Amino acid sequence: MQDLVNKIVKRYQTDKTRLMDILLDIQNERGYLSHDDCSELSKKLKLSTAEVCETASFYHFFSCKEARYRIYLNNSITSEMAGRQLVAEAFEEACHTSFGETSEEGLFFLEHTSCIGMNDQEPAALINGIPFTQLTPFRVKELISGLKEGKSLEEAAYESFGDGNNAHDLIHSMVNNHIRKRGAILTNDYKPFDVIKNKLCKRSPEEIITIVEGSNIRGRGGAGFPTGLKWKFGRLTKAEHRVIICNADEGEPGTFKDRVLLTEFPELVFEGMVTAAFATGADIGVLYLRHEYKYLLNYLNHVLDNMRKKSLLGNEINGCKHFNFDIRIQLGAGAYICGEESALIESMEGKRGEPRDKPPFPVEKGYMGYPTIVNNVETLASVVKIINNGAAWFDSMGTSDSAGTKILSISGDCLFPGIYEVEWGTTINDVLSMAGAYDVQAIQVGGPSGMLLSKKGFDRTLSYSDLATGGSMIVFNHSRDLLRDVVLNFMDFFIEESCGSCSTCRIMPTVLKDKLLKILNGHGVKQDLEELVSWGKLLKISRCGLGQTAGNPILTSLSNFRSLYEDLIQQDKEFDTGFNLEKAVVESCNFVNRKPVFETKNLN
Amino acid sequence: MADTIKIKIDGKEIITAKGKTILEAATDNGVYIPTLCHFPGVPPKGSCRICTVKVNNRFMTSCSTPVADGMTIDNNHDEIKDYRKSIVELLFISGNHFCPACEKSGNCELQALAYRLGMLVPRFPYSFPNKEVDASSPKIIKEQNRCILCKRCIKTIKDKEGKRYFAFNRRGNHLEVVLDKQMGQAISDKLAQQAMENCPVGSIIYKGKGFSEPIGSRKFDKKPIGSSIEE
Ligand SMILES: Cc1cc2nc3c(=O)[nH]c(=O)nc-3n(C[C@H](O)[C@H](O)[C@H](O)COP(=O)(O)O)c2cc1C
Ligand code: SF4
Ligand code: SF4
Ligand code: FES
Repeated sequence: MQDLVNKIVKRYQTDKTRLMDILLDIQNERGYLSHDDCSELSKKLKLSTAEVCETASFYHFFSCKEARYRIYLNNSITSEMAGRQLVAEAFEEACHTSFGETSEEGLFFLEHTSCIGMNDQEPAALINGIPFTQLTPFRVKELISGLKEGKSLEEAAYESFGDGNNAHDLIHSMVNNHIRKRGAILTNDYKPFDVIKNKLCKRSPEEIITIVEGSNIRGRGGAGFPTGLKWKFGRLTKAEHRVIICNADEGEPGTFKDRVLLTEFPELVFEGMVTAAFATGADIGVLYLRHEYKYLLNYLNHVLDNMRKKSLLGNEINGCKHFNFDIRIQLGAGAYICGEESALIESMEGKRGEPRDKPPFPVEKGYMGYPTIVNNVETLASVVKIINNGAAWFDSMGTSDSAGTKILSISGDCLFPGIYEVEWGTTINDVLSMAGAYDVQAIQVGGPSGMLLSKKGFDRTLSYSDLATGGSMIVFNHSRDLLRDVVLNFMDFFIEESCGSCSTCRIMPTVLKDKLLKILNGHGVKQDLEELVSWGKLLKISRCGLGQTAGNPILTSLSNFRSLYEDLIQQDKEFDTGFNLEKAVVESCNFVNRKPVFETKNLN
Repeated sequence: MADTIKIKIDGKEIITAKGKTILEAATDNGVYIPTLCHFPGVPPKGSCRICTVKVNNRFMTSCSTPVADGMTIDNNHDEIKDYRKSIVELLFISGNHFCPACEKSGNCELQALAYRLGMLVPRFPYSFPNKEVDASSPKIIKEQNRCILCKRCIKTIKDKEGKRYFAFNRRGNHLEVVLDKQMGQAISDKLAQQAMENCPVGSIIYKGKGFSEPIGSRKFDKKPIGSSIEE
């Protein structure tokens, strides 16, 4: 036992900033994190056991429960819409256990998990890291009985491979890309590494930055910061090392475009990182890959190895003097908040993914204190095309304030869920008709942290000045109960995924959700609607974007679908505590096996 | 120092030094900004959010934000005052704070802030969570019902090698601060007492010794919190 921990700790030079990797390796080999391993590990790293558990307990996919098969069933809204409930019941029945528990023989562990980036092929689950998509109760039954009979997970999984690289020997996955519309980034005419070989060294870093600035590209990860300016800032602080991080944490429910980019165009993404490194003078490169995409890890490492062999990574890249840069892949372990750039950096340093106070910004002081440029997968992919085709080419696409294209991830009630690359300026109506949406009641733009739009907003345009978005689009038709199904699901997501550091973000979303439940249960009055708005404002003073937007599901549905709320509240009452005395008495009587003496009417 | 800069807090001009935080600059100049998670001498982590001020019209936590020349800071806006009070209320409803039965009453910063900010009763419904009390250490009782997760104990109580006695566990609304089982067994009296003193509320209770000052004549019973800064 100690041998294993010892061996793994040595693999990382007893470096506690590599705690994530160490825990991942232990769990990989042992199947779980035992108390003994954690305590042994803490001795080796000169930490208290509580400190080791502080990191381990933060991440969803670390588990101290022993089990041969770890089944994580996605609970995002599109999964629910595609029949998740029945699939969940099928798992419980087939595995003889319930969610959060391990089956008796220690064979199966069942757990819910937030969006795993498969919204266009739900319900989906991860079993020991392998994605299983479009599950039905029948397939669950087959799968689990196969595993019980001793089939390997691979045998059970590979009924057929998905399209494109999903069928590659190093991926072998049933996931589908569903690329439905290709634009400037997703075109098939990409010649890998042309930019590294023929464009970079001839120019100065400043020239590259000028091109990127001239293209007017802004970050595609959600915040929309001008990429050229970020790179410029990244150069300002004097430092021994500089770091480029590609943010592939893609956790916003409903987005899956980075998965497709990494599956089909990893060279493009890595070439973008090399370009960023050249422009900023960075020598350290990291791709932070969310745990849900671990099935791509071997393939991505293989691409990196090939690049090293061809001198496209490493020392003096492509013969370019003093240009040294390499990339490693850091796996996450299940935490939406690690998509926030400073939380991501904390995670890379072996800690809980707790966002940092800003200032200082990562460009001044990031990973290990070095200036760090964090960019989204799509941003980096776009930059390569910009260097290849010129700033003007890129800037000519889109609108006056939003240059280029945006890759959308569309899911929900539509005939063709999948990936669509469109120019900025596209309207919601365009989006809906492209995807074959039908009987549309609402669309969620930008994931739970974005907004729920009603018909009134369908002629609005995707752009940084109107609907800025990371590209998650979820369509709801009229059969959906927006408040009970959609809004509650989104609130649960934020409650589950908050890092918990800010008092506001830790507590307020639950307070708002409870009030929504009160309204849904028929106890709401007008004052409750007012309070949702006034209380929700407090979230604005949270440290990071998660807390600041955690009230949006309620606040945006309240402003765009007010009548849904109005219909639920009691118009004749000014005040309702939400407490029903008779019901409470019945509950307590039932508990002690007595009969209440009053007549039970009006129970709700 | 050469690096003096000028800032304005609530209209009052203040001359301060580069490198200070807004909170430090304010405190030096007799302006009280309420704090909970901040502990002087250790790096800030703006987590309670109560020290929020408006800087050039943006919300910033004053404990973690360095001053910059020409900053205009709003510490007295009705909106900010209401946010601060809301935070205190949230902290009350998210735990189980029965002040009359608490060892820390009168010395508790949360209670003192509730008085100072004029909280009568929280506007939010109580959640009455199920929390545990960990009394397994011979020196310390860790009362989870009262913990406001400010991290002060995490940041300040360490052994000679820098190992921490306290740590976070889990995340989101399941977040808690726990005492390391093994280290909790061996903690010295001095450190245990220190932990109790550094805790703003009554979540860390040192076992054994009673309290010399009776409730009613303690620190905040005599003067509201922040008075010493404003004097
Ligand atoms: C809660 C939260 C989650 C985020 N998740 C992601 C993510 O999954 N991927 C991403 O690229 N950016 C994410 N971001 C934005 C990053 O903090 C950062 O702005 C971005 O990676 C910068 O890259 P860009 O400038 O290329 O967009 C998230 C931000 C927040 C507040
Ligand atoms: S806003 Fe929420 S997620 Fe962000 S730092 Fe604060 S508690 Fe953590
Ligand atoms: S025990 Fe006290 S000092 Fe530690 S986090 Fe809780 S409230 Fe803060
Ligand atoms: S005192 Fe500044 S955030 Fe807590």
